[in-house]
Amino acid sequence: MIRTLILSAASVLALAGAAAQDLAITNAKVWTGTSAGTLDNATVMITDGEITAIGANLGAPRPGVAVIDADGKWLTPGIIAPFSRVGIVEVGAESSTNDTSASGTDFSVALRASDGFNPSATTIPVTRLEGVTHVVVAPSNGGNIIAGQGFVADTSGSSDSVTQDRAFVYIDLGERGAGIAGGSRPAAWAALRGAFADARGYPARFMAHNEGDSLTRTDAQAFGRAVRGQQLILVNAHRASDIRQVIELKADNSSIDVAIVGGDEAWMVADELVAANIPVIIDPFSNLPASFSQLGATSRNAERLIDAGVLTAFAHLGDNGHQARLVLQSAGNAVANGVSFDDAMAAITIAPASIFGLDTLGTVAPGSTGDLVLWDGDPLEVMSAPEAVIINGEVQSLESRQTKLRDRYLDLDETERPLAYKR
Amino acid sequence: MKHAIVASTFALILAGGLAACGGNGSSESGTDNGDKVVINANPFPSTYSPYPSDTVLLKDATVLDGLGGIIEGGDVLLVDGDIAEIAEDIPAPEGATVIDATGKWVTPGIIDNHSHLGVYPSPSVDAHGDGNEISGAVTAEVWAEHGIWPQDPGFPRALAGGITSLQILPGSANLFGGRGVTLKNVPARTMQGMKFPDAPYTLKMACGENPKRVYGYGGGRFPGGAPYSRMGNVAGYRMAWAKAVEYKRAWEKYEAEGGTAPTRDLELDTLMGVLDGDILVHMHCYRADEMALIMDMSEEFGYKVASFHHAVESYKIADKLAEYDTCSSMWADWWGFKMEAYDGVRENIPMVHKAGACAIVHSDSDIGIQRLNQEAAKALSDGRRAGIDISKADAWTWLSANPAKSLGIFDQTGSLEVGKDGDVVVWSGDPFSVYAQAELVYIDGALMYDRNDPDMLPVMDFELGQPGEGDVK
Repeated sequence: MIRTLILSAASVLALAGAAAQDLAITNAKVWTGTSAGTLDNATVMITDGEITAIGANLGAPRPGVAVIDADGKWLTPGIIAPFSRVGIVEVGAESSTNDTSASGTDFSVALRASDGFNPSATTIPVTRLEGVTHVVVAPSNGGNIIAGQGFVADTSGSSDSVTQDRAFVYIDLGERGAGIAGGSRPAAWAALRGAFADARGYPARFMAHNEGDSLTRTDAQAFGRAVRGQQLILVNAHRASDIRQVIELKADNSSIDVAIVGGDEAWMVADELVAANIPVIIDPFSNLPASFSQLGATSRNAERLIDAGVLTAFAHLGDNGHQARLVLQSAGNAVANGVSFDDAMAAITIAPASIFGLDTLGTVAPGSTGDLVLWDGDPLEVMSAPEAVIINGEVQSLESRQTKLRDRYLDLDETERPLAYKR
Repeated sequence: MKHAIVASTFALILAGGLAACGGNGSSESGTDNGDKVVINANPFPSTYSPYPSDTVLLKDATVLDGLGGIIEGGDVLLVDGDIAEIAEDIPAPEGATVIDATGKWVTPGIIDNHSHLGVYPSPSVDAHGDGNEISGAVTAEVWAEHGIWPQDPGFPRALAGGITSLQILPGSANLFGGRGVTLKNVPARTMQGMKFPDAPYTLKMACGENPKRVYGYGGGRFPGGAPYSRMGNVAGYRMAWAKAVEYKRAWEKYEAEGGTAPTRDLELDTLMGVLDGDILVHMHCYRADEMALIMDMSEEFGYKVASFHHAVESYKIADKLAEYDTCSSMWADWWGFKMEAYDGVRENIPMVHKAGACAIVHSDSDIGIQRLNQEAAKALSDGRRAGIDISKADAWTWLSANPAKSLGIFDQTGSLEVGKDGDVVVWSGDPFSVYAQAELVYIDGALMYDRNDPDMLPVMDFELGQPGEGDVK
């Protein structure tokens, strides 16, 4: 007979690393991300890695189910970092460890960021223990405005943690894209139109040649899904006029699925974005005229986009290889600048799930993946932290290389032995 | 009445004449009548003076005095631009502007001792890259203040984050990057109009990867120039200090014995200023082992490091930093972007504090400078979870008092003490909350920012007539 194991939130880590088992989290304040809103004193049941029930009166969990008493604390869906380089770069400035971009390759769309993904990267637990259970990972632009294809992974660190490979094609159509394309926005757009023609004309166009107008044969083949609307095209652009160009691109190619990342001036074209059904991933910190493409940057971007009805997700775009975890702080700042708590939570859960087609993520509801975070306070507060992170129904370790370094040096006493022996 | 006006005009002329005499006396050019050559230590003097201020009484706030003290339901009185009183219940002086700060927090203004605002301004176009004289590994002769564009839109954004003073540093490519300068965060047409009166100059130095990457690997050549290694870094510092010792000796000999004045060398002027104790060293240094070398080197040549910057590994030698008695200027959680930042931990700041060493939250970022209070909050909470129990009141020393000490301006600002500059922030709530914002920012008692009054947000020239003009920041 398996006894029912009841754990306080503080001792839940005892389950970390244990084999998957069915879980009941009781007495939680659950932000569901659904029309159910926020539930107090609720129980969430996870069976075989999936949320099977949620409610205030689910009755006693059956024997064998591990029970976590949340003691009234916040329970949210796993947080999604909607734009990052987590797991494809270990040390930014060390090119040998950095697989984000390749300036020396002739390929573009065919570059799959997942080929460089390392689930054992130190950034994975560092990101996970802040409550981020999924990361959207994009390649960076090397020698082409089309950087390649990005993917979605969970932060479990397991070998099968890429959940959606080739989830999108990433294209830079801002100042950087113009520079890469040869020095101007017209050059970038000519290259993009050429790429569309190459992909549409594949394979006929390549019968006699290996090179298309913009793409190699391999790239043209790889771009096929996106130009037919079967794969998201994620475009980096800030300036309102650049975003309007993207809106026009979609109007001219009505089958394509497009989202904007960056979007500092997106609030200036919010209504047009709504009409074109184009979502935006923004960094709520971004409020400086950092370039001539960002003169309209304001900390009210988030509020204005959401008020206008634009599907809006939040990302931390600065050093997003190591600091994707700051997506929670960015959401908190959005609240300070006019966004409601619920909308800010949605912008780091349901909204990115919707943008990237992650149907079972971002909510706490029957049928959702068992990705949950139990917090010691308001999840968006900078002084709060997760007490438990659950991915696919498994309680995760909250240890990282950073916590091990911390623990080694908390006491600097070396009278008996050098600290190098301590771990 | 008319008489009095005439008299005061005369007094002004007299004062001006005296000032001019003082200026001549500090000229570097010798005169025929045997005057000694004296180096003018202040050729670009501050023209900042406080803006007009009311007598202001902030009532019933949670007051952090910046020294570790907290008063619930406390009052703060500002008179003539200075802090006049802090107490639980201060009667309103006649004519005072009384502000009901119930539910709000009042703190000393935040001081960021690591900013590149003005020298790497927004927009960050090529023409604006004035923060690093990369032309040589030793450029102690350059001064950040000569690269500052006072129209940087980053200054008012920082003001809205509660920043009342800040140090502008040259970049970290060089072993010696040049002089830093401390500013009041008050908009001005010129750098001199922002310059913190009587603040000492600082010297930026850099350890580690940057100098050897920029010079040793410069332009992709192999080898570039020195330094190519950390060995070359330390040799470069020591060669320069050795020259500075000679230079200082030559000037001292000249001062004592006369004769021909030594030939001026702007690079060595700065280094001599450090050896004389007039210029404070702020050194970019990530790794613990390198900081330990630098502390020894500073003792070899007889100066002191005021603060290590970035100091990602300070937690590994917090005891040694405390013993040497220097500050660490740190981020809450930046890490991994380069090898020397690979061992970053979220508890660095509280671990330094716990060891009794001076801990400072710095930004090095035009975004980070807008929310240093949140960076302190993250570090504080991570420290507490690791068993390091620090109060919010004590943690505020990381934001005001300690950076002020590192800049040599703590006698004027950095805490709410009677007689100090009225550099004060009224927060909408607990500033350790992500939801709190600076509502009112006073600098020398003058209200320079009011979140609820669009007219009280400075708009830089660059933003006028642009899409962002006058928008909420």
